[in-house]
Amino acid sequence: MLLINGHPASSVDTKALASKFRTFIDPDFVVSDTDSKRPFECDGLSVYKEMPRLVVMPASTDEVRKAMRLCHEHGVPVVVRGAGTGLSGGALPHPDGVLLSLTRLSNIIDIDPAARQARVQPGVRNLEISEACDEYGLFYAPDPSSQIACSIGGNVAENAGGVHCLKYGLTVHNVLQLTLVTVDGEVITVGNEGLESAGPDLLALIIGSEGMLGVVTEVIVKLLPKPSHCQVILASFDNIESAGDAVGGVIASGIIPAGFEMMDSYAIKAAEDYAHAGYDTDAAALLLCELDGTAEEVASGIDRCTKMFEKYGATSIRVSKDEAERALYWKGRKSAFPAIGRISPDYYCMDGTIPRRSLSKVLSEIARLSTEFGLRVANVFHAGDGNMHPLILFDESKPGELKKAEAFGAKILELCVEVGGCITGEHGVGVEKLPQMLVQFDDAELAQLNAVKDACDPDGLLNPGKGVPTLKRCQEYRSL
Amino acid sequence: MTDLAQLQEQVSDASSEGKPLCIVGGNSKHDVGRESSGDPISLRNYSGVVDYQPTELVITVRAGTTLTELKEILASENQMLACETPELEGVATVGGALACAQSGPSRPWYGSIRDQVLGVRLINGKAEHLRFGGEVMKNVAGYDIARLQAGAMGAFGLITEVSLKVLPRPESTKTVCRRLDADRAIQVMNEMSGTPLPLTGASWYDGNLHFRLVGQSSVIDAIAAELEGDVLADGDEFWTALREQSLPIFKGAGELWRLSMRANAAHSKPDGDWLIDWGGARRWLSGAYDRAELESTAVESGGEVTQVRGGDRSAEILPTLPEAHRAMLQRLKQAFDPEAIFNRGRLYSWL
Repeated sequence: MLLINGHPASSVDTKALASKFRTFIDPDFVVSDTDSKRPFECDGLSVYKEMPRLVVMPASTDEVRKAMRLCHEHGVPVVVRGAGTGLSGGALPHPDGVLLSLTRLSNIIDIDPAARQARVQPGVRNLEISEACDEYGLFYAPDPSSQIACSIGGNVAENAGGVHCLKYGLTVHNVLQLTLVTVDGEVITVGNEGLESAGPDLLALIIGSEGMLGVVTEVIVKLLPKPSHCQVILASFDNIESAGDAVGGVIASGIIPAGFEMMDSYAIKAAEDYAHAGYDTDAAALLLCELDGTAEEVASGIDRCTKMFEKYGATSIRVSKDEAERALYWKGRKSAFPAIGRISPDYYCMDGTIPRRSLSKVLSEIARLSTEFGLRVANVFHAGDGNMHPLILFDESKPGELKKAEAFGAKILELCVEVGGCITGEHGVGVEKLPQMLVQFDDAELAQLNAVKDACDPDGLLNPGKGVPTLKRCQEYRSL
Repeated sequence: MTDLAQLQEQVSDASSEGKPLCIVGGNSKHDVGRESSGDPISLRNYSGVVDYQPTELVITVRAGTTLTELKEILASENQMLACETPELEGVATVGGALACAQSGPSRPWYGSIRDQVLGVRLINGKAEHLRFGGEVMKNVAGYDIARLQAGAMGAFGLITEVSLKVLPRPESTKTVCRRLDADRAIQVMNEMSGTPLPLTGASWYDGNLHFRLVGQSSVIDAIAAELEGDVLADGDEFWTALREQSLPIFKGAGELWRLSMRANAAHSKPDGDWLIDWGGARRWLSGAYDRAELESTAVESGGEVTQVRGGDRSAEILPTLPEAHRAMLQRLKQAFDPEAIFNRGRLYSWL
């Protein structure tokens, strides 16, 4: 018998558990009927579905603390969920567990414009923060493409990036302090309102830990002054290699663009059909290069980058003339995923990171695999930081096609590791990439990661079966 | 040149005998942290560049490489380690700088040394050589063991290799100096930091507020001309002295305290010899003070205090932690270093 925390797993009756939750959480937010639980059975990676025993929606740190105590006492697994936009199955429910949804913790508690920080609850949407502090000329930098919907708690769990990370960093670079509820219901504060915290950097450990080490119930984020000027260059190329070289050329010349994105011809066409951003649909590759700063800095940067793109053989170059045009150019890129969703019944989004110099090699290998598997691929690429998002197009209703897409995706991730990159840049491991963790790490490294998990969650109750494969799973994957 | 196998063997021996090891790089930070005893294990000769890809903005070096060497290598490609970690007379090593999380005046704008870390290799207490993170900007595979090492002072293992993000060197810098009292200086620093000016330094010491601007000369000259205060001809000297901790407040044998707090926290108590850096977020105070009093001042301002120098180095010097926090650190220590051989007690008596 599986023992969790000394108790047989799930020994407690679901009904009894629900009534215990209802003693401290508004009963309307302790959900046990199947129909009401249905919307929670998957996150943004909907090929994985599981029905939780209960969906529980606490409204305060104290309710989270009590919920964790209760689950800990009875050895009930807990999966924490934010907005459910994750793309790796990280918020997939556990069949014996409670799904802890933090959407009711959705208040911006305080904005301190003078200190340039905001104290927010985890259910606050990413974009909401920048909108709320816009009046002070400030913004929250990480901007994942899902920023309209994704929550800051989820961003912390995944160490979310976005299109501006080369210059402004990831979530880990933009969070000052976290309130963390431990698996046994203790509350600790990690980091502080200053810029350094003595001792091991627990903030870095918790950020990106996919809800496996604790439950974040409050976040203090750093806000940055909005740059006074911002312009984007749209440059078309007739081959991918030249576009890739142009990116390297710009960075080698000492310019750090605020955003630097690349799309291949398939992604360009889909995005243009969807967003009418004015993209050159004959191009083999498109670069979006954004410069920000003072008027002089931007003017000089635009001039230098434009010359660089000419040098590398750009077939057309346009520079945004105003904010409306800048927004339009970005709209195409930011809607690339839904645009692909429109032309294919299903798509599978990959998230490997590679050293930029390997781009040509990786793209041609992806093209070869695309032929081999008989599945089309569209590529969008955070060119500045090497994070690529190949979108594999497939049709789930065709027998075997999902399996084929997954096998294709796995090959892409292995390729990323082979060229010196990694299996996930910003979407997380979740359930999806567990087998590829064995490509990324050796046994001793996985054992060390599992030891860290055990240190924070000895009974393995927090998001079990995600993030880091257990020793047993490793053996299973190896024998496949 | 020390080789890796030697280091692993030394760790393995210490582990089987349960004998503590004291990790040494350039030995420039022997007084950082609490008193800790153990057989020295030196990384100083485990040095050199493993890989440097300027167009990828990434360098990987062995931990014993000095910051001065690193700086020279990067300068040859017109790049830099943006966090301005102190070189401490040319002997401070990359491993030591990361373990002690040392970042300089540019920290609020360019990030800390932890922020530049992309990956590490380390030897854990079982003498296993492990790699976490990598050489790419974005990597969320597994827990962030690499950045966890920042500030751990070796408690979680022997760092052998570090991959760092690097940046292009700015064309030029300009320093503007204004005479102001501390209260007003804090206010001005925060106001300036809230604007999109190309700042990389805002520090107040001895009645002078210093600002540093970076970028193209033509751009920053124009900005500097419009700011209140005097443009200094030898402005870099101040920032070097601040970075290298050679200003008078850092000298001497008395007690030195470092407070981390909300950047705009009022400058109230106690009166004394203060240095305010990082646009107000980091404050140094020298002299004998009651630790509990300073701690309550720091906590009221959303922060914490560390006794950097002086006092009883066998007592606790880092911020006081609640039991649950302490338990988590102890279990993490156990996870990396089951025999507790690395820098025992260097951070806390119980770690």
